[in-house]
Amino acid sequence: MALKSKDLLGLKDLTAEEIHYILNTAKTMKVILLSKNKKTPHLQGKSIITLFYENSTRTRLSFELASKYMSASAANISVASSSVAKGETLIDTGKTIDMMGADVIILRHSMSGAPHLLARNVNASVINAGDGMNEHPTQALLDMFTIIEKKGSLEGLKVAIIGDIYHSRVARSNIWGMTKLGAEVSVAGPSTLIPPELERTGVKVFNTVQEALIDADVVMGLRIQLERQKKGLFPSIREYSRFFGLDEKRLKLAKEDALILHPGPVNRGVELPSSVVDSDKSLINEQVTNGVAVRMALLYLLTRRDSDESIN
Amino acid sequence: MRVLIKGGHVIDPKTNTNGIMDILVEDGIITEIGKDIEIPNGDIIYAEGKMVLPGLVDAHCHLRDPGFEYKEDIETGTMSAAMGGFTSIACMPNTDPVCDNEAIVKYIINKAKQDGFVNVYPIGAISKGQKGEELSEIGELKFAGAVAISDDGKPLKSSSLMKKALEYSSMFDIAVISHCEEMDIADGGVMNEGYWSTIMGLKGIPSAAEEIMVARDIILSEYTKVPVHIAHVSTELSIDLIRHAKKRGVKVTCETCPHYFVLIDEACSGFNTLAKVNPPLRTKKDVEAVIEGLKDGTIDMIATDHAPHHNDEKNVEFNLAANGMVGFETALPLAITYLVKPGHLTISQLVEKMCVNPSKLLGINKGTLEIGRSADITIIDINEEFVVDINNFKSKSKNSPFNGFKLNGSVYYTLVNGNAIVREKILL
Repeated sequence: MALKSKDLLGLKDLTAEEIHYILNTAKTMKVILLSKNKKTPHLQGKSIITLFYENSTRTRLSFELASKYMSASAANISVASSSVAKGETLIDTGKTIDMMGADVIILRHSMSGAPHLLARNVNASVINAGDGMNEHPTQALLDMFTIIEKKGSLEGLKVAIIGDIYHSRVARSNIWGMTKLGAEVSVAGPSTLIPPELERTGVKVFNTVQEALIDADVVMGLRIQLERQKKGLFPSIREYSRFFGLDEKRLKLAKEDALILHPGPVNRGVELPSSVVDSDKSLINEQVTNGVAVRMALLYLLTRRDSDESIN
Repeated sequence: MRVLIKGGHVIDPKTNTNGIMDILVEDGIITEIGKDIEIPNGDIIYAEGKMVLPGLVDAHCHLRDPGFEYKEDIETGTMSAAMGGFTSIACMPNTDPVCDNEAIVKYIINKAKQDGFVNVYPIGAISKGQKGEELSEIGELKFAGAVAISDDGKPLKSSSLMKKALEYSSMFDIAVISHCEEMDIADGGVMNEGYWSTIMGLKGIPSAAEEIMVARDIILSEYTKVPVHIAHVSTELSIDLIRHAKKRGVKVTCETCPHYFVLIDEACSGFNTLAKVNPPLRTKKDVEAVIEGLKDGTIDMIATDHAPHHNDEKNVEFNLAANGMVGFETALPLAITYLVKPGHLTISQLVEKMCVNPSKLLGINKGTLEIGRSADITIIDINEEFVVDINNFKSKSKNSPFNGFKLNGSVYYTLVNGNAIVREKILL
């Protein structure tokens, strides 16, 4: 099979079959990644550009290494967010990159829908590396990969996502992806940080963290941004942590073998205490490794969409 | 110069006319309405099978002139209006410079006389520079020819200034049109807050942002006993508040726009910036409430809020895209297709909402086919089906979410002062 679209803009647009296809390919990539000689010729002759309008360390490095491990020519462009409105338009920047022969443009942008706009205007494949509050599909793919690696499948699993759902593109992508693969997703967070009518996406929404955690197979904490407090969305980090922090006592409500995930970077002692971050149940470090494998798989699949060859 | 319109179905609610009749126009004035009028010579327009209406009146549009002529100017804007059957239009003051003084009012009036295809009535700003700080010279605006005042596009944040605007303007008997939006709670939102904003991860504007201001302005109108007109009403509760106020005898009137009875917020999906407008497209229940409000008379009129924008201002990130859509060339067919065809309004009621009531609001002698009035007449085929094609628009801008819509109702003739500027669907 092949991916239907030239771009990966979000998991909302993918079928369960396509998600499985990417995750299966990532398995092979992980083998390559863990081997001594991390170099394959799969992307030889391909040019991969990361275009980041927001700061990022791990996502950007993850994509860059994924490109390099597979022998692509990789280059980075950083644009300060503040210059978005007054500088060159996204379309003009994108077309310039396109004309220089880019095969894939990986875009991170503070505004929802920016990758969709870029994708409509360039020939290169566009990968959404996080757009505003909309989606962060590669993060969700790596989360799902990590869970499937441990549990075999997402089918029938209870997943609890805890924290600032409103502003979270990670939550949105995971909701789309995990529900497509048959998981039962619950969310909990301060009611000011739950977007309206979220239930209509098929998730269960709770106002207490305890309700969401009961019998969970997977618990995902989301990063809470300090500046939300200034906008009056919650009173203090202290109160947040008191009511929504994932401490050991609360985590006992989940299944005994529950997995703990967090997209990082973690505010230790806020979303999760250090004792949980560093515990055996925590897959936070594993997620990082899997992120590279998933991104290798995606780059591979998107750059050879037209050919029938498969790495499997 | 004589024009005879023969055999059309004439509809004029103001004179209770509704039947097959001929209309005689002499030197730009309607001189006779009746059966079987004959003239020895002159221009005869055969209108059999068509409806003959008073020229449409739009109480709310943006002509972008002066200052934003790359989006629209008075010439292209009035061409677009004529194609849509509008013969009189009132343009909002958010130009550059802002229409907050008599010089700009006169500029617009003079330019319209020179380049305009239809009658243009400027609306002056309530506050200087639309900054919401000090009142504009409302008396001078009125005497220069402004027909209303509004800070459209920007709400008047200060309740105190709004109260003073109502009190002061009452001296000059000039309509006050309010753009209702509580900016604190709108807080930089870019579409209606609800399921679709959640799905797309876009910041939502709660319907409460509009409703809080509608309530405030109703209260101020009741308190000052000065009429207020609420622009582009879009939510169920806004309409209910106005309905309640009218029952209390408050002199509040309001308008809605075609997009608020045709589209819902889902139209923004796929980050479609053509559906980005302020107030934002709402939900199904709001659309139903708008239609109900039009039916029971709570909503007095339909305005276009014709808001031309250059492609470069729409072909950008959703957050950065300009608000608004062009409206002249789709307003009447949308109203016919979505209000008249399903039986929500009769064509006569539609004429009240698109001719009579906006004329009354603006205090202009338009919107009727009375003998002795200037012959502003629109002739339409309400059954003709066509597909909207933005490339046919006469407006400089093509930002319409209705491209490709199959609609009923074609404008065949638009007469302004007896001159057929649109003839057999072609602008002369």
